[in-house]
Amino acid sequence: MATIETIDVSRAPRKGTRRVLGMPIGLISPIVLLGLWEIAARTGAVNVTFFPAPSTILATGFAQAQTAQFWGDLGISLQRIAVGLVMGAVPGVLVGLAMGLFRPVREALNPLIAALFPIPKIALLPLLLLIFGIGETSKYVTIAINVFFLMTINTFAGVVSTPKIYFEVARNLKASRLKTYLTVALPGALPGIFTGLRICMGTALILLVAVEFSTADSGVGYRIWWAWTVFWVDTMYVGFLVIAILGLGFSYAVDFLERLVIPWHRKHER
Amino acid sequence: MTGKTGKIEVDGVAKVFGDPQRGFRAIDKVDLTIADGEFVCIVGPSGCGKSTLIRMFAGLEHPSEGQIRIAHDNPDRPMTAMIFQQESAFPWLTVADNAAYGLRASGTWRGAESQERVDYFLQKTGLYSFRDFRPDQLSGGMKQRLSIARAFATNPEVLLMDEPFAALDEQNKLIMQEELATLWEEFRSTVVFITHGLDEAVLLGDRVVVMSSAPGRFIHSLEIDLPRPRKSAEIRRTPEFGALTAELWDILGHEVRTARQQEADRIQAAGR
Ligand SMILES: Nc1ncnc2c1ncn2[C@@H]1O[C@H](COP(=O)(O)OP(=O)(O)O)[C@@H](O)[C@H]1O
Ligand SMILES: [Mg+2]
Repeated sequence: MATIETIDVSRAPRKGTRRVLGMPIGLISPIVLLGLWEIAARTGAVNVTFFPAPSTILATGFAQAQTAQFWGDLGISLQRIAVGLVMGAVPGVLVGLAMGLFRPVREALNPLIAALFPIPKIALLPLLLLIFGIGETSKYVTIAINVFFLMTINTFAGVVSTPKIYFEVARNLKASRLKTYLTVALPGALPGIFTGLRICMGTALILLVAVEFSTADSGVGYRIWWAWTVFWVDTMYVGFLVIAILGLGFSYAVDFLERLVIPWHRKHER
Repeated sequence: MTGKTGKIEVDGVAKVFGDPQRGFRAIDKVDLTIADGEFVCIVGPSGCGKSTLIRMFAGLEHPSEGQIRIAHDNPDRPMTAMIFQQESAFPWLTVADNAAYGLRASGTWRGAESQERVDYFLQKTGLYSFRDFRPDQLSGGMKQRLSIARAFATNPEVLLMDEPFAALDEQNKLIMQEELATLWEEFRSTVVFITHGLDEAVLLGDRVVVMSSAPGRFIHSLEIDLPRPRKSAEIRRTPEFGALTAELWDILGHEVRTARQQEADRIQAAGR
């Protein structure tokens, strides 16, 4: 017997985000998780000494947000990340561009960078403390060194992956070296630079916490550590929350900047 | 325009990729003279070294043997501007900045006068109302028109085009050929135009030069004395057009078969 296959819109795949009870499914899972945690904490299914209820954490967070200490910690942490980022990223981008454009620079630096890159630079912290003392400089430098390597490598990759045709257009039209640098190499490297920035923001946050655990008397990381010494678990969780929000915020900030600076590079919309 | 001869002189040029002795010989000792203001089309089987040759004119490759001389008559004009087969508009510049790039990059930007020139060619290529757009917002045909606008606006003494319409669909190609012919008839700069379309070569060129299969040599030169301005549809209907295209195919067909055989041999050799 012949069958008839109907092809119409009812078979078309559904577009857009899946929703449950009118909410995007991505929002549902954390809400469910927090809800379960809250119930578990209140019923005593988990030990609130280690896992205080989300509502308790939030309440503590709101209370702390009224204090100068909280904002002081946040401010100094942001400052460490910002200074370290700039100190590392600016020379990193310049060296990466130079490596991408000039063969002698590339041949001289490539083995060095490749050898040094995999070393976890946090291991250098004691040495940096010896050199720069326990003040802010050693913290900036620890973050900056990591950022430098990440930015160098990603900028270099950005230049190298720029289609050769654009350099050929510049060369055919007799653009000077500097012009080529500014009109082809730099814009061509921007997507790589943003990839680098995205990784750097995550790494910087990890390093921030690491240096503040060990050598600071202020900052979000220090406050988490301190909360352990005095056994204020709620405060510790507020620290976790702040770090998580910072991580999320940085990621959105980089996305936003990327859309602003390189609108032609639209990988997000695919 | 001055009617002087020898705008471009190719003198015993060969190009070897890799080792000078055992490397791949892409072009083998070619000679060619292109007159000032002449529109020369080069056809040949793929892989015969057409791109290699035009890239040497553009200063992107250097001959292994021999010499290429291009007369640079006016230091205020850049010597060459190339239109590539691939998309080559800078994604990070607007349409207007792309079109102005040649003049700015070569240091021949002259303020308002240059801006007028850029606007003129944006208008001619139908891109003026898109001047604030970015290339990724344009269609493939518009992007290629932008490359053409950029090259013309640069006002070079020699325009180099390497299969500029190969990536376009057939209808767009017909329109672009006609637009290019009209644009060129207005300025009459020297043009080297590479194509695999025999009809395209006859339609556009003052002369068509045929290259052999690899290593590339010039094996024939055919004068196209069809009247200008050339209107695509009218020219295509004339018996002369058909005769010239057929004559080209007679010469080229043999070379294309040879090139095919070479290619088959090479792939088999590589497979073993
Ligand atoms: N940079 C290169 N290195 C090695 N071989 C090349 C290079 N460029 C082109 N060739 C070879 O030279 C030959 C001619 O290439 P090309 O000039 O691009 O041919 P066409 O444009 O006529 O199709 C081809 O066989 C190609 O593989
Ligand atoms: Mg080619």
